[in-house]
Amino acid sequence: MAYTVTTQTPASRIATILGAITIVVLISLPFFAGRGTIQDMFFILTMLVLAQLWNLLAGYGGLVSIGQQAFVGMGAYAMFGAVILLGFDPVPSILLAGVVALMIAVPTAFFAFRLNGAYFAIGTWVIAEVVRLLVAQWKTLGGGTGTSLPREATSDMWFVAGIEKLLDVRSAAARDILAYWLALALALVTIGGIYWLLRTRRGLALAAVRDNSEAAQSVGVDAVRMKWLVFLTSAFGTGLAGGLIYMQKARISPDAAFSVTDWTAYVIFIVVIGGIGTIEGPIVGVLVFFTLQTLLADFGSWYLMTLGVLAIVIMLVAPRGLWGLLSERTGLHLFPIRRRLTGGKLKPEER
Amino acid sequence: MSILSLKSVSKSFGALTVTDDASFDVPQGQALGIIGPNGAGKSTLFNLITGNIRADQGRIHFDGRDITKVSAMERCLTGIGRSFQIPQPFEKLTVYENLLVAATHGRNMSERAVRDDCIDVLERTELIGRANTPAGQLSLLERKRLELSRAMATQPKLLLLDEIAGGLTEGECQALIGTIKDVHAQGVTIIWIEHVLHALTSVVERLLVLDFGKVIGLGDPQQIMASQEVREIYLGIDV
Repeated sequence: MAYTVTTQTPASRIATILGAITIVVLISLPFFAGRGTIQDMFFILTMLVLAQLWNLLAGYGGLVSIGQQAFVGMGAYAMFGAVILLGFDPVPSILLAGVVALMIAVPTAFFAFRLNGAYFAIGTWVIAEVVRLLVAQWKTLGGGTGTSLPREATSDMWFVAGIEKLLDVRSAAARDILAYWLALALALVTIGGIYWLLRTRRGLALAAVRDNSEAAQSVGVDAVRMKWLVFLTSAFGTGLAGGLIYMQKARISPDAAFSVTDWTAYVIFIVVIGGIGTIEGPIVGVLVFFTLQTLLADFGSWYLMTLGVLAIVIMLVAPRGLWGLLSERTGLHLFPIRRRLTGGKLKPEER
Repeated sequence: MSILSLKSVSKSFGALTVTDDASFDVPQGQALGIIGPNGAGKSTLFNLITGNIRADQGRIHFDGRDITKVSAMERCLTGIGRSFQIPQPFEKLTVYENLLVAATHGRNMSERAVRDDCIDVLERTELIGRANTPAGQLSLLERKRLELSRAMATQPKLLLLDEIAGGLTEGECQALIGTIKDVHAQGVTIIWIEHVLHALTSVVERLLVLDFGKVIGLGDPQQIMASQEVREIYLGIDV
């Protein structure tokens, strides 16, 4: 009897159907949800993108960076620069945001890859601070105090007029809906792309390097190339997210765009409480994070302290996060990547 | 024709010379055993051949090519496979996925193309029943088998085994010897470091003795083991 290899599980088949339904609901959300919901969903989706990319970097690539705000900030400033200095439309400028983040990522990696572990983490943070200080010197984009997108650029942005007509809403609401749809597209492409990567032989190589870099190289895995691949991919995606986030905000300053709290600490929180090293983890994490933020919005600094305590508790009792806890107990995987061998001489219990 | 050739290879860590002017050739298809007391530099010699450590001096040729400055990853691609003394499995991957990484990257082929070969290796090393088990959950014997299987999955021309029989029971050891003989019979050149001498001598055709980083004996296993110098150094006894 022949062997077959499969990654699917009965649960993943159900998840595919539920996932398709969720996507349809999310796409059609602006047709029945209010502007507040759309803005909340925009926040959730962009944080989800950042969390998925940080998870790719740290959870799969073993590269614990705390300098991702460099790429959010550079992406955002590139988008503003393209609109203000070059007169581009904000929507295509988002692509440029990704490209500029990628360009910054090359020298960053060149320096940071000389460091390992905690030194790498601190190194990336230092580089991000350097980039922030340099950008704050850029007088045409407002220097240290920042600037806003010009009104004429935001009012006749691509697709906005179409959305106004289609949904019969005002210009400001239409801009939010556009940003939401773009965030949804970015989130789907990010999750889909990461899932695809993990199922290729490069995904296997990534897992091998994470588990044992020396052994991985001894079986022909190019560990250095994998690190570059993961770092550059995540920088590009983070730059796109940065451009998109600040297209929606329409106002930028170096301190906000390069905020280590907003773009890295919260993101790490999301990944850690959700479950590092899984695609499901950041999805769970971002929902928990949003709920906490909503519940604790009126409590000022207690909010941050609660997040900190919660993160510590989760790390102690469930080091693999909430999703890790659940999937350990139930064996549930919504995005299965394990290649299981069935048939042949394998007994059913060995499958 | 020799597949591997070392010419005056030396390596020092600070003041300590761990490989001292080592020169030897391994003919294609031969099985060579390496013995020597603890700290003689056996594993370092392996790491020099696999590229995990770079030589300070000397040249290493493999399959007609100078590989002295080639990385470990590229040496695998040219046909050098190894097992680690302390098993180094990819713990979160399953046994089958461990082989899949080695086969797809070590041979630069697609998953589909190497699938049957991986299954074949698992059947030969009797690990097929554990194919879907995460490697972190394996027993010592199974880990040793996985080391061998993973190296075999890259289809090496030269296979380096580092104390693969150490710590096994007699029965387990015999089973492993059977598998190694089987690999050797297919024409794979083998270099094997081992303290379990009867296991080693039942497979190898030539024996190399290392002491303080120097090659002090190379030749027929029977003659080597009979020589007084080897017995004194290796066994630490006067005979």
